Amino acid sequence: MTNNKLLGTIAFYALVVVIVVFSVFPFYYAIVTSFATGTELFKVNYLPKSFDWANYRQVLGQPNFLRSIGNSVFIATTTVIFALFLAVTASYALARVKFRGRGLLLMMILAVSMFPQIAVLAGLFELIRFLGIFNTPYAMILSYTIFTLPFTVWVLTTFMRDLPVEIEEAAIVDGATPWIIITKVFLPLLWPALVTTGLLAFIGAWNEFLFALTFTSSETTRTVPVAIGLLSGASQQEIPWGPIMAASVIVTVPLIILVLIFQRKIVAGLTAGGVKG
Amino acid sequence: MATNDGGLSLLQQRQRAAFWFIAPMLVALFCVAAWPLLRTIWFSLTDTKLSGLYDGHWIGFGNYLSIRTLESGKVIYRGTLVDPAWWNAVWNTVRFALVSVVFETVLGLIVALVLNAEFRGRAFVRAAILIPWAIPTIVSAKMWAWMLNDQFGILNDLMLRIGLIDQKIAWTASADTAMYAVLMVDIWKTTPFMALLMLAGLQMVPRDIYEAAKLDGINPVKVFFKVTLPLIRPAVAVAVIFRMLDALRIFDLVYVLTPNSAATKTMSVISRENMIDFDKFAYGAAQSTLLFGILAVFVALYIWLGKVDLTGENQR
Repeated sequence: MTNNKLLGTIAFYALVVVIVVFSVFPFYYAIVTSFATGTELFKVNYLPKSFDWANYRQVLGQPNFLRSIGNSVFIATTTVIFALFLAVTASYALARVKFRGRGLLLMMILAVSMFPQIAVLAGLFELIRFLGIFNTPYAMILSYTIFTLPFTVWVLTTFMRDLPVEIEEAAIVDGATPWIIITKVFLPLLWPALVTTGLLAFIGAWNEFLFALTFTSSETTRTVPVAIGLLSGASQQEIPWGPIMAASVIVTVPLIILVLIFQRKIVAGLTAGGVKG
Repeated sequence: MATNDGGLSLLQQRQRAAFWFIAPMLVALFCVAAWPLLRTIWFSLTDTKLSGLYDGHWIGFGNYLSIRTLESGKVIYRGTLVDPAWWNAVWNTVRFALVSVVFETVLGLIVALVLNAEFRGRAFVRAAILIPWAIPTIVSAKMWAWMLNDQFGILNDLMLRIGLIDQKIAWTASADTAMYAVLMVDIWKTTPFMALLMLAGLQMVPRDIYEAAKLDGINPVKVFFKVTLPLIRPAVAVAVIFRMLDALRIFDLVYVLTPNSAATKTMSVISRENMIDFDKFAYGAAQSTLLFGILAVFVALYIWLGKVDLTGENQR
């Protein structure tokens, strides 16, 4: 019996180790590669052998890569602020006010968040050309609203539903208007939820590829995923793996740090939204 | 305040405010979702080209299917619905979606069960599995492209050493293995997400159920299938539908990991290719409209058959 139990424990921890190694190894290997240069790059090293910042210097020396980081930060931040601004009032109404068609409206918002983005690509392309914002950051800010807004509304609605009725009733008795209730009563309680949803929407906007690829046409307006996706050498045989891995590490490390800091809140937000970043 | 609003009851006041609170969001969603979707469908019924968005003419369902009978009596079929490249993409997408979702659900459930057990270092493991999720898809695609590289890739090296393969495989370039490569990366990236969704379901199962089963000496495997699984079914159902929808519209991973490979080209990839790269704007629009239709039917069936309560309204 005890033998069986020991075997079970060993098997369990073996499984845990497999899960951890499987999860972490690709990123670990990207870091190892990013510090390798020259012939070292083309030897398979399981453990870090060389420690050379040359790839990082090369990537950060390219003005266009820095530009694309700047573009991504600007686009993702603006999109998130815009979405949160619209979502706070809308989700208050959806969570706390009873009206006819509320369930249907929620269904519609959920449906939009599950839209295949390719289905709006042609129409958005026309709209963006019409507005004259093709190949500018505003093309992405406009188009990213299609997934950041439904997501933030959805998650904030589920958060607000769970707030106790009593605080709102007290405010109503005191004669507070709905606007006062949102800004003075709910907003202070919502901060944690706003940070979580904002962060998840930020990650979604930061990682988006299809719209950014289609609505930009020059190297200076690219976002980070497009810049990395289209990084290539003079020919198919000369793909600059070292710099690509360095660029990958640069744009991923901040995300991983953020995710690890906020991991509990992120898990809560993900489960409420059921949306993949 | 009440005097300003005349005879309106509190509920009516609140409903009026609710309307103005929701209106800006609805306008925004109309502009970025409903209107572009309608325009895409409209474009799919014309012969519009990328170079002249407003020069298109109405051609009905010609992009989908057109049947012409020549004078010789020969019948010519044209359009997406008889295009082998489109059906290849449909098949690729469906195959990818089914295989990836099955693997991600099963593996996700295993990881969730591990994380639901109490052991030292659980917080560390949960942090570790968040890493694949946090990495941008494009970056994962590049990382794996390097690991799967035919000459210098670590995966070929590892498998050669273990003896799983006896010669190096061009994972992403060869038509036989390109789909495996895409599946591998997607399963790696998305299993954590599935695990977290299912872990949330598992944590809602009361602990005393397990205690009771343990006291009665019931086999843990039996407990899992008879008690745990039925209880977490709603959480699993919601996770599966979100994943399925995500998988059916996959674009970025395929585009970057296996560019221009007919073996992995999905519906999203072929639509964009026609729309933007091949100057067959309206034809691509027709294909993306079809994808939208397929997803809409799928969601409707799933909700109807599975009685999945997606909005959570009924829980109240």
